[in-house]
Amino acid sequence: MQDKLINIVIVGHVDHGKSTVIGRLLADTNSLPEGKLEQVKKTCERNAKPFEYAFLLDALKDEQSQGITIDAARVFFRTTKRHYLILDAPGHIEFLKNMVTGASHAECALLVIDAAEGVQENSRRHGTMLSLLGIKQVAVLVNKMDLVDYSRTVFDSIVEEFQAFLSQLDVEPVAWIPVSGMQGDNIASSTNDNIASNNGDCVAACGSPWYEGPTVLEALDRFKAAPPLDDKPFRMPVQDVYKFTRAADDRRIVAGTVESGRLRPGDEVIFYPSGKRSHVKRIEVFNAESPAGAVCGQATGFTLTEQIYVKRGELAARAGEKPAPLVSSRFAVSLFWLGRKPLATGRDYTLKLGAARVPVRLAEVRKVIDASDLSDTGKSAIERHDVAECVLQTQRAIALDLADDFPGTGRFVLVDDYEIAGGGIVREALADQQSELRRRVFIRDSKWVGSDLHPIERSRRYNQRATLVLITGEVASGRKDVARLLERSLFEEGKFVYYLGIGSIRYGVDADILEGRSDEPDEDRLEHIRRMAEVANILLHAGLILIITARDITQNELDIMRTVLGDEIIESVWVGERKTTDLAPTLHLDNVSDTAEGAGRIIDMLQRKGIVFKPW
Amino acid sequence: MNQIDQLESRSIHILREAYAAFDNLCMLWSIGKDSTVMLWLARKAFFGHVPFPLVHIDTSFKIPEMIRYRDELTRRWGLNMVVGQNREALDERRTFPDGAIDRLTCCRVLKTDALRNTLSGNWPRLRFNHESDRYEVDADTEPYTGVIVGVRADEEGSRSKERYFSPRDRGNEWDIGDQPPEFWNQYKTDFAPGTHVRIHPLLDWTELNIWEYIHRESIPTVSLYYDQGEGSRYRSLGCYPCTNPVQSTARNTADIIKELRTGKFVRVAERAGRAQDKDDGGGLETLRREGYM
Repeated sequence: MQDKLINIVIVGHVDHGKSTVIGRLLADTNSLPEGKLEQVKKTCERNAKPFEYAFLLDALKDEQSQGITIDAARVFFRTTKRHYLILDAPGHIEFLKNMVTGASHAECALLVIDAAEGVQENSRRHGTMLSLLGIKQVAVLVNKMDLVDYSRTVFDSIVEEFQAFLSQLDVEPVAWIPVSGMQGDNIASSTNDNIASNNGDCVAACGSPWYEGPTVLEALDRFKAAPPLDDKPFRMPVQDVYKFTRAADDRRIVAGTVESGRLRPGDEVIFYPSGKRSHVKRIEVFNAESPAGAVCGQATGFTLTEQIYVKRGELAARAGEKPAPLVSSRFAVSLFWLGRKPLATGRDYTLKLGAARVPVRLAEVRKVIDASDLSDTGKSAIERHDVAECVLQTQRAIALDLADDFPGTGRFVLVDDYEIAGGGIVREALADQQSELRRRVFIRDSKWVGSDLHPIERSRRYNQRATLVLITGEVASGRKDVARLLERSLFEEGKFVYYLGIGSIRYGVDADILEGRSDEPDEDRLEHIRRMAEVANILLHAGLILIITARDITQNELDIMRTVLGDEIIESVWVGERKTTDLAPTLHLDNVSDTAEGAGRIIDMLQRKGIVFKPW
Repeated sequence: MNQIDQLESRSIHILREAYAAFDNLCMLWSIGKDSTVMLWLARKAFFGHVPFPLVHIDTSFKIPEMIRYRDELTRRWGLNMVVGQNREALDERRTFPDGAIDRLTCCRVLKTDALRNTLSGNWPRLRFNHESDRYEVDADTEPYTGVIVGVRADEEGSRSKERYFSPRDRGNEWDIGDQPPEFWNQYKTDFAPGTHVRIHPLLDWTELNIWEYIHRESIPTVSLYYDQGEGSRYRSLGCYPCTNPVQSTARNTADIIKELRTGKFVRVAERAGRAQDKDDGGGLETLRREGYM
């Protein structure tokens, strides 16, 4: 027996007999706990209901009384070949979210169609969902063949119709099987086996002797386990960075589950979107020798040789492997929506991808598709149970992959008001305002000439953490006075601090753009900001607390500085009662009576955040 | 990666997601084999540490050896152990063993009510003080918003329908007909104030998997699971008035695995020795909707 677990989902239109097929499979392979079948039969008798194999799976009281599956059940099953976890999904449209929940955990699917009713709306809808979820291996069961006298003509016409539909989705079923869940035909044993075991007699239900393909049981064993992605480039969403100092453990362990590829000690890793780099020191593990490496699918953790600040939500990749993760705040996706309220532009949602979590908005709807026939609905709103192609805009850039290359890091869910309301896959990363800037910063960092002095050494010597204090506000808000007093106060306390006036950059570093003034003043300003940030980057590497003033800084401008310098090194302060831009500052100095109070409040903030320490 | 490796990694991933998402996280520890495997998985997930409290609901009818084993592991592994109990019902002898109520009501009073009020912080929590070596009333009465529970889908019907991250409303109730979607490895980590989320890292494990893992990792388990020469052992542990041992001569983990794979238990449900399941019409749905584990 292969010691591997394979997850299978069974889907299809409501009442086409999914639970019955699985119940029958369990019963005919002796997989049920002793007495279970008798117990369910007895309960049926007591309630004067005819026995159905589906009752073996529909465990909930509501399900049994209504005769439908409400939520996906997990059923454990094993053949002589391997172990299965079968997810029995509901077919009713009302419970589509439960169907998708079950299917998203499966590698292969059985899709059931009622021979008498033929292909129905949810047969097709479920086919679409399987394709969107990336499930390529499907076997189609044409069930209730006993109701159509095992007619080969009926079977063939259903196959023909549904094959045409699935081919539009690039789904090529591995088998088409005529079955009867009620009679047990072609489930665990084939019609021809049954005839043979009756000495060639064609008994009551003769079945489909014309069918020569696999039974459902054989089809299960023919599914191939998804090939491991060990040979692909390494990807690991960072779930956390652990440091259990209080338990006297000084290791700083980057933890996560490997989505693809492999990792060994000594490998250079790059974290996206920050672009920070380090080398793997050790693969960490509890209660065992440190292993030689981490492989795809493994929940692992490692320490780094150079201490860098990384946090949950970043994506770890190995340097030099192609393709590298993409970084963007704007991407084209295919998604399905299950929320009660439509997915709408102008509303804030949360996007979760890998371990990243970021506010997101719907930027553009390209096409809303009817999942039950793949037609373009022409709608502009994405309503419950719709499938759509659209563009999402996240509040800040995140690292991701295209779903075709890396399924695990190319899919996401959308959260609306505490609830997961939709999910989808990334088709294309689009250029956003900062794509070019990020590219340059990435090159800069890869070429950066590091010092032998570690930032922590400077930090300990200076009793401070290098930080940019960006002071902004309206013209004549007194921000420069606050900046000068702040510089003086920190200096008097023995801090290494520098106040950099914008004019000091403007006529030197910026002299070329000042001369060739473009007609787009905004473009000039953004380039000024970028250069100011690059100058700041050097001074911050020197370990300084750097104070810069500039008027009317917007959130976009701060984001540019963050891309150049990193998120965690900038503290922004708005001076003045009236905030005239969209900036969300770390500190808003309003109701300040004089400059001294303003500077004092900034120092309080720097102490609270642990940016300046000792002698305070 | 074999099947056990797959299960282990998925469970660790879930534990780490829970730790990242919930500020007030705890793990229910029943002393049984499943929650002990879960505790072991936590030590693996957090590299030898268990960075949240373990909560044990003590009905006072546990087999004494279970309590000894609980306190021994607490000391040995330096665990943050919290114990909750329905003191009032026990003092008033309002229990099934006292003949006052039926089995299901007793489960409700000693387990569900005690759990609900311990999680919310309404009733006193006793925390093990490693310095004084005894349980003391815990000053922390903040409600736990994330509760890790070691249920498995193969145990009984309603558990086969569970999510990995499963919300409970203000009254601790489980809306089983309308569970939130859960795609791939993205879980429900957003929740409204006053509600909490149950986290189920062991959902995909079977009883056999649990024993295979205990065997592979040499996880210490309470000796009641093994035949001590009398030809019987416990297959599932609960309160002694409602749990019966099974006839078995399995003396160690290897014997148990053999018995589950090929022996007489291949087709006998694990909880067959638990009386309260039968009183609920063959499942635990009613109890579990109200907040039972």
